[in-house]
Amino acid sequence: MGEIIMDQYILGIETSCDETAVAIVRNGTELIANVVASQIESHKRFGGVVPEIASRHHVEQVTLVLEEALEEADMKMEEIDAIAVTEGPGLVGALLVGVNAAKALAFAYQKPLVGVQHIAGHIYANRLMKEFEFPLLSLVVSGGHTELILMKEHGSFEVIGETRDDAAGEAYDKVARTLKLPYPGGPHIDRLAHEGEVTIDFPRAWLENDSFDFSFSGLKSSVINTLHNAKQKGIELKQEDIAASFQESVVDVLSTKAYKAAKQYGVKQVIVAGGVAANKGLRARLEEKFGSDEELELLIPPLHLCTDNAAMIAAAGTVAFNQGHRAGWDLNGNPSLSLERYAKRSVTK
Amino acid sequence: MIVLAIDTSNQPMTIAVMKEEQLLAEYTTDIKKNHSVQLMPAINQLLADCKMTPQDLDLIAVGHGPGSFTGVRIGLTTAKTLAWSLSIPIVAVSSLEVLSYNGVFFNGLVCPFFDARRGQVYTGLYQAEGYEKMVPVKDEVNVLMSDWLEVLRGTEESVLFISSQASIHKEKIQEVLGEKAVFSSLPVHLPSAGMLASIALTKEPTSLHELTPNYLRLAEAEAKWLESQKGHQQSE
Ligand SMILES: [Zn+2]
Repeated sequence: MGEIIMDQYILGIETSCDETAVAIVRNGTELIANVVASQIESHKRFGGVVPEIASRHHVEQVTLVLEEALEEADMKMEEIDAIAVTEGPGLVGALLVGVNAAKALAFAYQKPLVGVQHIAGHIYANRLMKEFEFPLLSLVVSGGHTELILMKEHGSFEVIGETRDDAAGEAYDKVARTLKLPYPGGPHIDRLAHEGEVTIDFPRAWLENDSFDFSFSGLKSSVINTLHNAKQKGIELKQEDIAASFQESVVDVLSTKAYKAAKQYGVKQVIVAGGVAANKGLRARLEEKFGSDEELELLIPPLHLCTDNAAMIAAAGTVAFNQGHRAGWDLNGNPSLSLERYAKRSVTK
Repeated sequence: MIVLAIDTSNQPMTIAVMKEEQLLAEYTTDIKKNHSVQLMPAINQLLADCKMTPQDLDLIAVGHGPGSFTGVRIGLTTAKTLAWSLSIPIVAVSSLEVLSYNGVFFNGLVCPFFDARRGQVYTGLYQAEGYEKMVPVKDEVNVLMSDWLEVLRGTEESVLFISSQASIHKEKIQEVLGEKAVFSSLPVHLPSAGMLASIALTKEPTSLHELTPNYLRLAEAEAKWLESQKGHQQSE
């Protein structure tokens, strides 16, 4: 008789920024339920995420979202094998709500608890679409991150390039603010870029020849200066063209560096992760750049898995759980938890 | 009926297990430590000491503020999620009310307060009824201590001030209330979750999903935003 292989269900909780999210994932690869309560409408009036407001919303939402996720999955907590929660990085007050909810839930049902690093989650969102093939390269682009991460196996993360100043998403937000676009600005620039033309050759920071690091602050300043100078000279610049030219510069650097790194490290897959992966301009350019290369597979998650969600935390948590990682009842929110420190944490069964 | 009571709204953390109105165990600390790190291990230990599992619990009592916003959320998130997970009722009690019970044998008014920085406090006014119940005399407020003392000025009765941060405001209080102001030198300024558990037994459960912290204060950004809206309307 063969061994009976039981399905494994991990419940994930994510509250690191402005989304209260709970999800259930089967065997690390199948999405069973994915509930996200977004606070974006509430933060709009402030022109950005206000940490205290975000934390307040999380407390109001967390049990509701939990209940909704179990209803969506048509499951009971007893059927869940472990609880995974975003431990960091993120807004500390926001993280604490998810962490303490996860601990109470795990305690009540005496279930194992696993802490997950948020960026590891973004990468693992892709595993809900397609199984990983190692080595793989991940381009993580979000409001707080621009990184190239090499994975040789599950749970191993090597940062081979990162931003030296602004994250790509941050540059988008700042340029959007200069263009007086409503918050969040990224999607507005993406939309305008499609209506405009690349008329200005904004700088691209390639840095040293062998570096996979990024820098976007020079580009951001250049856009702001260009707008300022034009205004002083009374020249009318088309918003659409500014957006298109700015986006061209960002997308060019991101896709070129990602491709170069992919070839240098001989990876099989390139995974795009993080909120900026929703950017249509970036998606199109990456597809163009990688599409003709038969040795490389480009994976970009669908929109609902690019932005913050808990399915990605459950997916990454499944791997951590199976590798023997366990969090204690003293698990804390860790607002600056790096991917490398997370990868090097010890196994405590 | 077994009650687990939790209050982490301020620097003190207090948790207790009560069974049929008998306080079985209480653990209270007043050390500068992160409640997020401290709370769940303490609950785990307390239940183990009582030879209980989470499933033995029938009611969760929580002090839901006012206090440190983060502290309030840690206690409330833990309490709400426990109650939801175990499908048991939850009773929320103001952390000021919990503290006021430390003055249940005092003949006069009882004023618990938490320092809220920049001269402000979270406070309320209570009076004992039959040495077993505290009845609010005034609504809880987030107020400048100097303004609050104007409210108390001229009171006929003595006022017992209960606060672990009493020293910050003591001089001012004595200046206004003179001999009417009473301070205890004993550690009655620490909240007791045992007290919280017994108060909870006298109250109706709260609707779980709708239970929110008793902040008594808007987030700064929200207060500013509301102010700007007001200015906006006036200028229109
Ligand atoms: Zn994210």
